[in-house]
Amino acid sequence: MAHTNGRVVAVNGNMVAVAFDDAISMNEVGYIHSGDTRLKGEVIRINGKTASMQVFESTNGVAVGDAVEFTGEMLSVELGPGLLTQIYDGLQNPLPEMAQQCGFFLQRGVYLNPIPDKDWEFTPLAKVGDKLHPADSIGWVPEGIFQHQIMVPFSFPEGEYTVKSIKAKGTYNVRDVVAVVTDAKGEEHELSMVFSWPVKRAITNYEERLRPDEPMVMKIRPIDTFLPVAKGGTFCVPGPFGAGKTVLQHMESRNADADIVIIAACGERAGEVVEILKEFPELNDPKTGRSLMERTIIICNTSSMPVAAREASVYTAVTMAEYYREMGLNVLMLADSTSRWAQAMREMSGRLEEIPGEEAFPAYLESRISSFYERAGKVKLRNGKIGSVTIGGTVSPAGGNFEEPVTQATLKVVGAFHGLSRERSDARKYPAIDPLTSWSKYVGIIPAPKVEYARSILFKGNEVNQMMKVVGEEGTSVDDYVTYQKEEFLDAVYLQQNSFDPVDSSVEVDRQRYTFDLLFHILAANFHFEDKSEVRSFFNQLRQMFLDWNGMAWQSGDFKSQEEKMRKLVETKFASYDKEAEKLF
Amino acid sequence: MQKVYTKIESIVGNVITLHATGVRNNDLAIVKTKMGNSYANVIKLDHDLVSLQVFAGAQGVSTGDEVRFLGHAMEVSYSDALLGRVFDGAGEPRDKGPALTDNMITIGGPSVNPAKRITPKTMIRTGIPMIDVFNTLVESQKLPIFSVSGEPYNQLLARIAMQAEVDLIVLGGMGLKYDDYLYFRDTLEKSGAMSRTIMFIHTASDPTVECMMIPDMALAVAERFALDGKKVLVLLTDMTNYCDAMKEIAITMDQVPSNRGYPGDLYSSLASRYEKAVEFEGAGSVTILGVTTMPGDDVTHPVPDNTGYITEGQYYLKNGHIEPFGSLSRLKQNVNKDTRDDHRSLMDAMIKLYAQYKDTVEKKSMGFMMSDWDEKLLKYGALFESKLMDLSVNIPLEQALDLGWEILAECFEPNETGLKSDLINERWPKKLA
Repeated sequence: MAHTNGRVVAVNGNMVAVAFDDAISMNEVGYIHSGDTRLKGEVIRINGKTASMQVFESTNGVAVGDAVEFTGEMLSVELGPGLLTQIYDGLQNPLPEMAQQCGFFLQRGVYLNPIPDKDWEFTPLAKVGDKLHPADSIGWVPEGIFQHQIMVPFSFPEGEYTVKSIKAKGTYNVRDVVAVVTDAKGEEHELSMVFSWPVKRAITNYEERLRPDEPMVMKIRPIDTFLPVAKGGTFCVPGPFGAGKTVLQHMESRNADADIVIIAACGERAGEVVEILKEFPELNDPKTGRSLMERTIIICNTSSMPVAAREASVYTAVTMAEYYREMGLNVLMLADSTSRWAQAMREMSGRLEEIPGEEAFPAYLESRISSFYERAGKVKLRNGKIGSVTIGGTVSPAGGNFEEPVTQATLKVVGAFHGLSRERSDARKYPAIDPLTSWSKYVGIIPAPKVEYARSILFKGNEVNQMMKVVGEEGTSVDDYVTYQKEEFLDAVYLQQNSFDPVDSSVEVDRQRYTFDLLFHILAANFHFEDKSEVRSFFNQLRQMFLDWNGMAWQSGDFKSQEEKMRKLVETKFASYDKEAEKLF
Repeated sequence: MQKVYTKIESIVGNVITLHATGVRNNDLAIVKTKMGNSYANVIKLDHDLVSLQVFAGAQGVSTGDEVRFLGHAMEVSYSDALLGRVFDGAGEPRDKGPALTDNMITIGGPSVNPAKRITPKTMIRTGIPMIDVFNTLVESQKLPIFSVSGEPYNQLLARIAMQAEVDLIVLGGMGLKYDDYLYFRDTLEKSGAMSRTIMFIHTASDPTVECMMIPDMALAVAERFALDGKKVLVLLTDMTNYCDAMKEIAITMDQVPSNRGYPGDLYSSLASRYEKAVEFEGAGSVTILGVTTMPGDDVTHPVPDNTGYITEGQYYLKNGHIEPFGSLSRLKQNVNKDTRDDHRSLMDAMIKLYAQYKDTVEKKSMGFMMSDWDEKLLKYGALFESKLMDLSVNIPLEQALDLGWEILAECFEPNETGLKSDLINERWPKKLA
């Protein structure tokens, strides 16, 4: 197909207007030839014979009259074996290779092959004469611990494809032709292990979408027990700066019960990405014993990198997540931070002189955010396998105020809300998830009524605490004071988790269930207490013991004897169970 | 061949437009007016209509004035001859020295590849205990000083410039009061630090557009020196003025404001400057310390808010000293484990006790009885504030740590400090008999 050409007619920041003469399509990619460099851009508006392109690089030096070459393709990513362990920028340029080629700085106009030119051991699954559909496997290659399926490209029109020839088991380059298929019209198509897919279109080659009903375990107590996330679900983490959003996401990316983790560092500090880059290769995935990096892809478009590519980066990441889902894997995609992505949209919208919405965000902000989160989901594939994409995004609200457009638009579509509070982080209560305002609509690892009961203590205890600020401790009844102490106890020993402690930093499901049991026993109990000082010393003692218990190895001798000690201590004051709680045992 | 244009179509704010061809985005031009020459740079192209912002402001520019395009973007000279010199926002000398024109480098260059960054691991000693001990400054860190107007933030910066153990200081002044500029110049000259300092100064009376050039010029020069192996500290004061200049330009350009009048790309603009802080493997480093004044002491104001999301912590300057609470150096964990074995524990213990002192002060002000323990805390707090928090204290880290132990020993019994016994045995000052 002949490609359309055009000429630059106007430049305004990273928005460039191009006059063209033939047909072009919306979201098509074009390259501006400015001097010796080619700058990549995407068509975002067409009006008569002028197209507006957002350029993914700095437009310094672009002049009116510069040639533009349109590719006829939408902004796409390359999909194939070799994605895992890679570090890409928002446009899928491999950053380490870029560094080898260009040195310290990101040189603009350099675009490298995203999928490394590597040989893979190919095992065919399809036979000559087999009838296949897009996304059906023709074979697989071993990528790390996974059988990476080589599929009929999703971009093929839906229909039946007959295998005409397929390579025997052996080692082939990733771009070698491994099979030839013919479509219904008899036309032949060559298949390699790599194909591309436009990032802004969701991949939907599956049988049906299922309800996300299985917990995605993060090994973080307040999340798994109180604010669970489901495989195929969505969650958001808004919080002011310094509340620990990124630290929490790093914890999640290390511990999550997912096959593959894709991290989109979108418009945040470069230093934080460096932490992951240096840390992950050293850490082992407890499930497989292999380096964490082997199950990780990092998309890194940090704050000082071009803004338009930042917008693309979250789509690049979610497209890769969907690709691995088509192989029946559970993928967790973490975006830090979606506010920066929304700001990138705002900048472009301003340049297009669109009528601004709230805080100058474009009117389509909400629909863009919803359609992004809706790309998550648990699906049943045509071969019966189940795969999922779970999306977690941080939000950085201006001034830490959740009443702003990005937070509100996000809250409308997600299934769980983990709101971080400045108060808790100032008090060094980590993770600083506010238990009172956060919520989750997913099923957790502990029966909901018990969790609800524990939550009700949080609310009641908090009320007592508010009241005590007015009337003082003297004016509070012993019963109320016990509720308050229970709330503080629950907060200290269960909702807070020490991410630096080797044991406490990741808590397995079994252990959470086990410790919650004892916790519930304490929360549900009525005690004999004479006065408030007795209450205080009882809970202080219990809290110290429980905290030590949290640091002891699961089911070790120390662990068991510590539990025994705590149960004995509780016994000394135990009177009866609360009526409401008794029903829940 | 340089073409000269003599027909300016429109003049709005500091922006002029004219018909011209062959002009590239961000190119530099010279506008010749009755008042003298001024630089201008291209900010928008629309067919043959070119918009330029005039550095010296459009005041007095006539529609018949000459505009000459230079065919390159804004540049700044880079050589050792810069040391000890002072320049303005257009890169012209502000001192009596000659203009420098050799070895010109483009400002506002590309950002560093994240894959080439390394984990910061070297402390920068400043001789200020509140920084060295409690919130250590780390090479390649970017930190703002959040301050209310009226606080001695420029004095603090000047002291850091004099005392910090770095090879080179680049000072970027934006919207500085003329007195403050003189203060910086005189203080640095007197202390002998001027010979390792380069100053880019925009004063409050200079044209707004020049204000926006300061960080880019300062950082471009700093980056080059860092690539040549120098350990560079960039001091920027005051970034709020820089943001206000951006706001002014954006609004004259009819851009839709996002929050309190600031343009939507405030975050990206700040980030691309602050992210210039970097350590080059096998070469030098750039560390950025900026001042962000908070209008109305409001940390949720767009400027400090966006800054906080970008930088690696912040120093709060309040009542003439760096507040121990609220101040945070996110990178201090990387370095304070290797300074001295008691550094971390002592830091934690002293801060916890100081927090208790604050509670006691509150109690006292409400008229509660003071217990023995309260009295001890009050004594401790007073010593802490006068001996460590005062900004005029200038002692090396080790001496500051020893002083910390002395203060503790003067006020408390060892078991009241919450410090581990083995540390106490090793470090607790022996009582004089």
